Amino acid sequence: MSTGIGNARREADTELATGPLPSITSPVRPLPDGSPWGILGTTAVVVGGGTLLLGHGVGLAVTLTAVVYAAAMYGVARVVEGPRKAMDRLVTILVTAAFLVALAPLVSVVATVVANGVARFDVEFFTYSMRGVVGAGGGAYHAVLGTLIITAIAAVLSIPVGLLTAVYLVEYGRGKLGRAITFFVDVMTGVPSIVAGLFAFALFALFFGPGVRMGFMGSVALCVLMIPVVVRSTEELLKIVPNELREAAYALGVPKWRTITKVVIPTSVAGIASGVTLAIARVVGETAPLLIAVGITTGVNLNPFDGRMATLPVFSYYSYVAPGVPREPFLDRAWTAALVLIILVMALNLLARLVARAFAPKTN
Amino acid sequence: MAKTVDVENLSIYYGSFLAVEDVTMTIRAQQVTALIGPSGCGKSTFLRSINRMHEVIPGARVEGRLALDGRDLYGPGVDPVGVRRQVGMVFQRPNPFPTMSIYENVVAGMKLNNRKASKPVLDELVEMSLRGANLWKEVKDRLDKPGSGLSGGQQQRLCIARAIAVQPDVLLMDEPCSALDPISTLAIEDLINELKTEYTIVIVTHNMQQAARVSNYTGFFNIEGTGKPGRLVEMDETRTIFSHPAEKATEDYVSGRFG
Repeated sequence: MSTGIGNARREADTELATGPLPSITSPVRPLPDGSPWGILGTTAVVVGGGTLLLGHGVGLAVTLTAVVYAAAMYGVARVVEGPRKAMDRLVTILVTAAFLVALAPLVSVVATVVANGVARFDVEFFTYSMRGVVGAGGGAYHAVLGTLIITAIAAVLSIPVGLLTAVYLVEYGRGKLGRAITFFVDVMTGVPSIVAGLFAFALFALFFGPGVRMGFMGSVALCVLMIPVVVRSTEELLKIVPNELREAAYALGVPKWRTITKVVIPTSVAGIASGVTLAIARVVGETAPLLIAVGITTGVNLNPFDGRMATLPVFSYYSYVAPGVPREPFLDRAWTAALVLIILVMALNLLARLVARAFAPKTN
Repeated sequence: MAKTVDVENLSIYYGSFLAVEDVTMTIRAQQVTALIGPSGCGKSTFLRSINRMHEVIPGARVEGRLALDGRDLYGPGVDPVGVRRQVGMVFQRPNPFPTMSIYENVVAGMKLNNRKASKPVLDELVEMSLRGANLWKEVKDRLDKPGSGLSGGQQQRLCIARAIAVQPDVLLMDEPCSALDPISTLAIEDLINELKTEYTIVIVTHNMQQAARVSNYTGFFNIEGTGKPGRLVEMDETRTIFSHPAEKATEDYVSGRFG
């Protein structure tokens, strides 16, 4: 066998010495490095520019450019580089296009909110409430505090419940009860936020009579939304803790509950902490449930158990749907409130990353 | 310290599935007992039943008697957690706790059980256990570094140090070298030879040379086919098992004619 292969190779070598090899080994002539950009530029100028000149919108110009560019690239690559490379280039373009499409609304939202919100992003916005303010000036001090208080209470209530539920599901929950809880957590994940608000409203109306509003009610509504998120993310993280670590602890004569609190949770605490932070980020911008449960007020109310409280999303919403006269100061404040919310969510996401890094198990 | 394990007519079930049937053997104190046999023959299950580790799988139960120096480990009122404090275990893959340093890993048995001890006592325990596991010289300058930063062989010796730090009577080893290179394997085998003066050691291995090198007694497990329970075919001094075993099946297996 081996001598056969050796012979074949020697023959190939002599062939290489005497004449050209068959086409499989002939070097592929790649397109020059800059050529995709060149083709993109040309397409943009010709197709995009042409479309604009004919008086159509930017959207159509960009779409047409993308389609023509993909077709042109595929055609050129197929002729020069062969079908496999051409398909590679086509798919690269499609994937990149999908990424840009996904990114477009995000960039657009951030840009619009920053552009419109930066006007009132000043000290007064964070130091004044809306009490007695009819026109320009005023701020969202009361709404910022309201959001922080209501979200903090929601977090304090949801995190232990969610964490312990996840521990139950991963470490103890077998059989029907475990499956039932998993099912209902899944259902809760899909509950529309307005339903959570109505639930809290109906629940508190039973005890305090109809028409009751308080910050705590909003926290309860947010809990309904937050608990399933905490359960899901914690559950996934507890599941990926290797079983070997649990066995190692058991083999040392460590009881199960201590194994969970001292081995399983510490091993996954980085992920859990970041999952929890993301869950907070998810509910901090909820509007609908707070609209129903907490309402809005113009002054500072720091007592979550008594009366209406302002929150950033609801503040933004009301400033927009029910502005005073003149409208502009109200709309400016609405944009700034939205900007503050985005910054808050972004800060929480960053915090999640820092927390994950701080808690991560160290390897050297 | 070292204690004898007496097994009488032990059958192990997972739910209604009979995994290991009717094992009777005596595991002698201060000796190394090797369990060999093809994959799936129940030797690991049997090993885990000695410290009731197989019970972490729901539905696992045993019939028969398994006694440590005359005390039935499956008797009424015996806490499996207590059993595991007396019968330590080393696993196939090294599994140091990733959140803990080398030092903390060694004292994990104390720490996780909230047993308080002064710093000098713990220091001494760490040094003794690491020396016992032949790891002290390699890690004494970096005890505060994470255990997961060590090489595979060092991690496995760290796990052995962790297991002997709780001063068990019996040490179970479930293929402790199968994930290690030959040099680390040699280090572990030397260590087993030293440890047997103080502990009763039971080792499951797929490597028959290893069984021949380290053990005093060898038990051969076999299985007739998938779905059938594993059985102890024969148990004797290692020398006898590898030179002239009583059963044909054992001879076929140790001479490599099996399967």
